Amino acid sequence: MAGHASRINTVPSAPPALVTSTRLRETVAPAAGSTPKLAMRGIVKYFGSLLANDHVDLTVVPGDIHAVVGENGAGKTTLMNILYGLIHPDEGEIVIDGQLVHIRGPRDAIAAGVGMVHQHFQLVRVMTVAENVVLGQEPGTIQLDMRRAVNDVRTLVERFGLVVEPTARIDTLPVGLQQRVEILKILYRGSNLLVFDEPTAVLTPQETDELFEILRGLVAGGKTIILITHKLNEVMAVSQQVTVLRQGRVEGVLETARTSPPEIARLMVGREVLLRVERDAPHLGEVSLELRGVQAHSDRGLPALEDVRLQVRSGEILGIAGVSGNGQLELAEVVAGLRHMTGGQVLIGGRDVTTETPAERRAHGLAYIPEDRRVDGLVLPFPVRDNLILGSQERAPFRRGWQLDNQAISQRADDLIERFDIRPPRRDALASALSGGNQQKVVVARELADQPKVLVAAEPSRGLDVGATEFIHQQLVAQRDEGLAILLISSELDEIFSLSDTIAVIYRGRILEVMPSASADRERVGLLMAGGMAEEALPTAAQIAAAAAEAARAAGAGARGESGKGGA
Amino acid sequence: MNLIGILAGVFARPDLWAGTLRFATPLTLAALGGVISERSGVVNIAMEGMMLVGAFFAVLAAAATGNVLVATLVSVACGGLIASVHGVASIQFRANQIVSGMAINLLALGLTSFLLFHFYSLSGTPPNIPALPDITLPVISTMPFVGKVIGTMNIATWLALLAVPVTWWFLFRTTLGLRIRAVGEHPRAADTLGVNVFQMRYLCVILSGLLSGLGGAYLALGVAHSFTDNMTSGAGFIALAAMIFGKWHPVGAFLACLLFGFGSSLGINLQGSGTGIPDQLISATPYILTVIALAGLVGRSTAPAADGTPYEVGE
Repeated sequence: MAGHASRINTVPSAPPALVTSTRLRETVAPAAGSTPKLAMRGIVKYFGSLLANDHVDLTVVPGDIHAVVGENGAGKTTLMNILYGLIHPDEGEIVIDGQLVHIRGPRDAIAAGVGMVHQHFQLVRVMTVAENVVLGQEPGTIQLDMRRAVNDVRTLVERFGLVVEPTARIDTLPVGLQQRVEILKILYRGSNLLVFDEPTAVLTPQETDELFEILRGLVAGGKTIILITHKLNEVMAVSQQVTVLRQGRVEGVLETARTSPPEIARLMVGREVLLRVERDAPHLGEVSLELRGVQAHSDRGLPALEDVRLQVRSGEILGIAGVSGNGQLELAEVVAGLRHMTGGQVLIGGRDVTTETPAERRAHGLAYIPEDRRVDGLVLPFPVRDNLILGSQERAPFRRGWQLDNQAISQRADDLIERFDIRPPRRDALASALSGGNQQKVVVARELADQPKVLVAAEPSRGLDVGATEFIHQQLVAQRDEGLAILLISSELDEIFSLSDTIAVIYRGRILEVMPSASADRERVGLLMAGGMAEEALPTAAQIAAAAAEAARAAGAGARGESGKGGA
Repeated sequence: MNLIGILAGVFARPDLWAGTLRFATPLTLAALGGVISERSGVVNIAMEGMMLVGAFFAVLAAAATGNVLVATLVSVACGGLIASVHGVASIQFRANQIVSGMAINLLALGLTSFLLFHFYSLSGTPPNIPALPDITLPVISTMPFVGKVIGTMNIATWLALLAVPVTWWFLFRTTLGLRIRAVGEHPRAADTLGVNVFQMRYLCVILSGLLSGLGGAYLALGVAHSFTDNMTSGAGFIALAAMIFGKWHPVGAFLACLLFGFGSSLGINLQGSGTGIPDQLISATPYILTVIALAGLVGRSTAPAADGTPYEVGE
């Protein structure tokens, strides 16, 4: 797509490599000599006594992709919710295209040309693409003009190369295409300042590449983009400028071309961060976990795992790479004893545990970090203290006769809170009140507390920021060095590559290949994750262009010369 | 005479089929209301109570004014009013919608019973109150079999038949219908696009009350010509079953109502016809069908995704 040429023109000519927040106003805003697309100035927002945004400035040059990065709780979501009218600032002003605007709600934001692609898709699953796109601004007075709705959507699809069939139902579409529907929704409303909130969290590597192509296409089509993310490689790949937030303050505004991931990470976290986990060669021991020809069904009763054979040795991290929904959840649950197997065996430490309950497996040295800590990992309304002994409540020292031994439980809690740096360091804090990172620390602390032999870690860093991810990763590697066998399941390829000693690729419930990570090739793993064949992956840029041209022809009479743009 | 012969004779009676439509009328009106309410995401099990209140005030207003149109409008309005109580409880205050609905059913039963005694003590409602008129179609009424079935039907039956396609059109072909269904499936998505979730839900709950009120008016002024204690005797719950049986779709719900209406009509027509089946068992037919429908033996039907979940702004 024609993204690159026009993008370069919009980059300010002589930007400073790094300006601190105090110098920001003089330096960046007038740099290009033109009106910024967006200027948020001196935004202050308190939640109770917590200062979520402390005089935050954000200036976005028209036609840029501007990344806003920061750890969880740094204030990026607050800032964007203020821009979208979901939260009202205590101080500060918002200027769009040189005009001071007052945004009281999403409707005002939409009217001012601001559109948001939410991290969790806001789509009605049983409705069609076109119905979702026009909802709230439907063509037709009383009766819905469905034909016009479909045509309007088709026009947008052609203009921006966001290939998706307007009459398809949402629940029949893969995640990558659903995201395109979200983008179409805001384009339909005429937005020209598009905010993407963690857009790649749910995408495969291929889908992510497609999204970046789309972002460049949108910029070529005259849009300005704000990209909220904590993935530094994405910042480097698509953005022109980066605003880094930490603890509610702007830590710096950087020119992407003149910075580096370690520099951004240092500003985000406030100290030097190890982006690569340091780990030595593994000291492999006995086979601790073995799966023999495991078969299982999904919740919907369809085959989810077929003839899965895996071995994880003591001191080894085996990473399962795959696009989520290819049997990873079922794999984790089968090992944990939470899902009925239709065939095969599971062995822990050489002992067949196939028919054992989860409690029996735990007693034999199994630990489990579930994919969704809020649902399966914690009892949110319980205090941290109780969450830290869940699963061990039946045994000494936590149980004394018919009762729980509160003293022993509190002692264990204080111990783990200190060891795993759980904040706030109060055992009586409710799990629901903790940040995502600290919730995950509670889960990890509990699971690692009793020196397990085997750990199943499903998406251990999902939704965590750089600092918390680093901590969790260090813990996993430390335990591996102590001889723990870890089955790591992650849809983040980076995580798989940085932690695993061995990589297995799962696709549609089958292990396609098992390889040592030292000799594993990223491209090849990505290809296997998509089923190994290019046709089964999402359409490539060339295919999108061809399909757009096709759609343009199909649209027929109404389409003018402009449709060539989508196909170019 | 054998059973099959008797049944064939009963099935050939126009009365059986006319009765089916008669019994289906209040069920259809209430069930369509239920469909609208639940499509917007508010569970409504209060059709029974709304019909009962509608029926009582229809009689009261008919006796007071002597005007059947006024009586019907009063009845519809009362249905809407009591529905708005359910709305305030379940939309504004995010109460459990089953509990709120049940409370309304109990309230309606007690209220109408009390008011019946208060206004008419033990003598019952007055005779000679105006009735909802029948409408006779000129040509069709003279046709042999069909004429006896649909040639002359109550105006409320015609309205119910008309309400089926209108409700379908409203929900599936209008801009408002799209918003209603979106709110019932994914209120947050609708909200982020500027659709007012609360407004849509109030509208739908009140519409369901209006339709149930009309159903009640038909029971009182079109069938019984009086009000007696608990005269709906579960019709609202049968309508609820029909709505689920019909998979929250106006046409499906209508077909289910026809089936239940047929069960009732069959019960009446089989009485004294010598089948040897106890009358009580035959009269229980619609209720047995209801249990079967609600037990899900008719295949899984899926409610709107956000049905029964109160909406909270922000988070």
